[in-house]
Amino acid sequence: MTQSVVVQVGQCGNQIGCCFWDLALREHAAVNQKGIYDEAISSFFRNVDTRVVGDGGSISKGKICSLKARAVLIDMEEGVVNEILQGPLRDVFDSKQLITDISGSGNNWAVGHKVFGSLYQEQILEKLRKSAEHCDCLQCFFIIHSMGGGTGSGLGTFLLKVLEDEFPEVYRFVTSIYPSGEDDVITSPYNSILAMKELNEHADCVLPIDNQSLFDIISKIDLVVNSGKLGTAVKPKSLVTSSAGAFKKRQEKPFDAMNNIVANLLLNLTSSARFEGSLNMDLNEISMNLVPFPQLHYLVSSLTPLYTLADVNIPPRRLIFITTCKLKGWRKAVLQKRCRLYRLSSRSTANWMPQKACPWKTYPD
Amino acid sequence: MSIVTVQLGQCGNQIGFEVFDALFSDSHCPQGLCSKRENEAYQASCKERFFSEEENGVPIARAVLVDMEPKVINQTLSKAAQSGRWKYGQRSCFCQKQGSGNNWAYGYSVHGPRHEESIMNLIQKEVEKCDSLSGFFIIMSMAGGTGSGLGAFITRNLQDQYSNSLKMNHIIWPYGTGEVIVQNYNSILTLSHLYRSSDALLVHENDALHKICAKLMNIKQISFRDINQVLAHQLGSVFQPTYSEEGSSHYRRNPLGIDWQVRPPLSGAPTLGKMSVNRNLHFNTSLANLVILRGKEVHSADLGGFKDPALYTSWLEPDNAFNMWKTQRAFNKYEKSAALVSNSQFLVKPLDMIVGKAWNMFASKAYIHQYTKFGIEEEDFLDSFTLLEQVVASYRNL
Repeated sequence: MTQSVVVQVGQCGNQIGCCFWDLALREHAAVNQKGIYDEAISSFFRNVDTRVVGDGGSISKGKICSLKARAVLIDMEEGVVNEILQGPLRDVFDSKQLITDISGSGNNWAVGHKVFGSLYQEQILEKLRKSAEHCDCLQCFFIIHSMGGGTGSGLGTFLLKVLEDEFPEVYRFVTSIYPSGEDDVITSPYNSILAMKELNEHADCVLPIDNQSLFDIISKIDLVVNSGKLGTAVKPKSLVTSSAGAFKKRQEKPFDAMNNIVANLLLNLTSSARFEGSLNMDLNEISMNLVPFPQLHYLVSSLTPLYTLADVNIPPRRLIFITTCKLKGWRKAVLQKRCRLYRLSSRSTANWMPQKACPWKTYPD
Repeated sequence: MSIVTVQLGQCGNQIGFEVFDALFSDSHCPQGLCSKRENEAYQASCKERFFSEEENGVPIARAVLVDMEPKVINQTLSKAAQSGRWKYGQRSCFCQKQGSGNNWAYGYSVHGPRHEESIMNLIQKEVEKCDSLSGFFIIMSMAGGTGSGLGAFITRNLQDQYSNSLKMNHIIWPYGTGEVIVQNYNSILTLSHLYRSSDALLVHENDALHKICAKLMNIKQISFRDINQVLAHQLGSVFQPTYSEEGSSHYRRNPLGIDWQVRPPLSGAPTLGKMSVNRNLHFNTSLANLVILRGKEVHSADLGGFKDPALYTSWLEPDNAFNMWKTQRAFNKYEKSAALVSNSQFLVKPLDMIVGKAWNMFASKAYIHQYTKFGIEEEDFLDSFTLLEQVVASYRNL
């Protein structure tokens, strides 16, 4: 089994990353009843004996002692990372996996890329090497960042060059959050374009996520849930947007729901690589099948359903993942994963094709 | 005479398990519909072919399991061990951590040379356990990376190392609607390489098996397990011991080979005086047919229809092209069952379709960079296209 390292850069990246680790822990907790550190967990977590001081505490088999995420957290201001470290996930992150500064990048790509890039290059390299050493067989780096800001966009893309030079064999999957039309960062168009150039050249696969679409999904879900049409059919707390409170504050902030969707996306993308099924799809297969030409590596993703039915006859995890490769100017090569082929979700047995607009309407009766 | 099975990739391993399971269940089935002595001879013959000496009374399958990622092999090994009736050898599997990524070039050019020695050693060990080796049965899919790429590489190696043994490749033809986008590339590369090194290609199409499950068996939610079980059933009815026409006193020794060699007429030699009048264009002409009958009243079965010259090409005598194997012992409790293995024009249409689709993709050079990254250049693709076009043309002209 292969391992992956998640690198979260900037405020957006770290907030999404936090949701991601929370969901990953819950998923593995649901599957792994006996508490044994198996290969599925090892893809994202290390098993560490915290009584041993220093680095030698890794345990490769047996019961789970303490799980540490294979992650590197980078942010040029301390607020977000501190909040994570004071929240319920503080034990999942190793203090040696963080890189922080005080002043922030000021929504300026140049500051993130050039200034902080050169300042922190050595440190970044060292932390990445450390996390790679902890892996048996490192397959992929997942980089989560936003395109509109300064750190995520500038330093995040600087990272890509570093990764390409240092680990040329390891895939670089980038989840980029593109700014919406009503974004309040004035310089976000500049930051996005400068970052796009780097993504074009140094990333293996980019999953662009549009903030506006996430907003729309949330409003649609809210509309339907609040109108009461679903009634008792839907389990109340099972929306893809609800988190278990990864952050300290109990009230849900507006971005929590959106971050949850992205976290779900990343988890489902890798679920076939981690869990066994009748037709496994690994990350390198995703890259192979959906990238016809080296520079056309932008994958548009969608997710369905967005909630869990309360009916016990339908298995709880029937999340089907459809990925289309958007070839600009070419006809869309749609890889529709038909359900009879049991693709990315290892435990689903669904047999229907989801509609695009209203996912909940297609549920079988 | 023993057969060594090589299971490659996710598909190969999943199918291999079902095949051994079907063979074992059938051979230990109590209702053979024949005498006890006959049943025992059948069981002994089946056991010698597919299983090796027991340790603690549990037969061990004569198989080598190869995959580039561990999940499927682990699943297969544990399923076999859990059944308690037979199992795989503990050291007969080879696996790595990271798969081939559906990339034929990666399977052929990277994994092949890298792991050549280990895999061939495993096969050698399995061969040494056999008293007399009749051949290799290699199970692989065409659409993926390991089964197709590494499979082609291993078959070539087997050709070099064991040139006297028969090699039969069992290939799974992918769904027409596609499971993998680059399946057409992988398929043509596999087929062209296998043509040069394999003795026989036994083909099962996923679409056909799916239709069997849906229409004939009325299964609502068809899983790969159902498909694999249908496949295993078909293979089992072909590979279980039978009597040949000549020696009816003991079970036929060589399960893999009939004389598939076909000698086309030399140019200038007179054709065998048969005027193929009004040959229907849609008629499926065969080069050779093999019918296997099992169960009651096999000796009185009339197979004259198979000797109709219209079924065969003009330059073949039906007597040379048609073979029949029989046994009284029933297969899987069916009172009467029959199987047909045919070398005919049946595959022209699917093959043509795959070549056409691959060519369309190749014309725009889509995905080629993924292959050139690992050493498969455009010339290799062009060679494959040429070879397959020739094959399609030869079959069409039967």
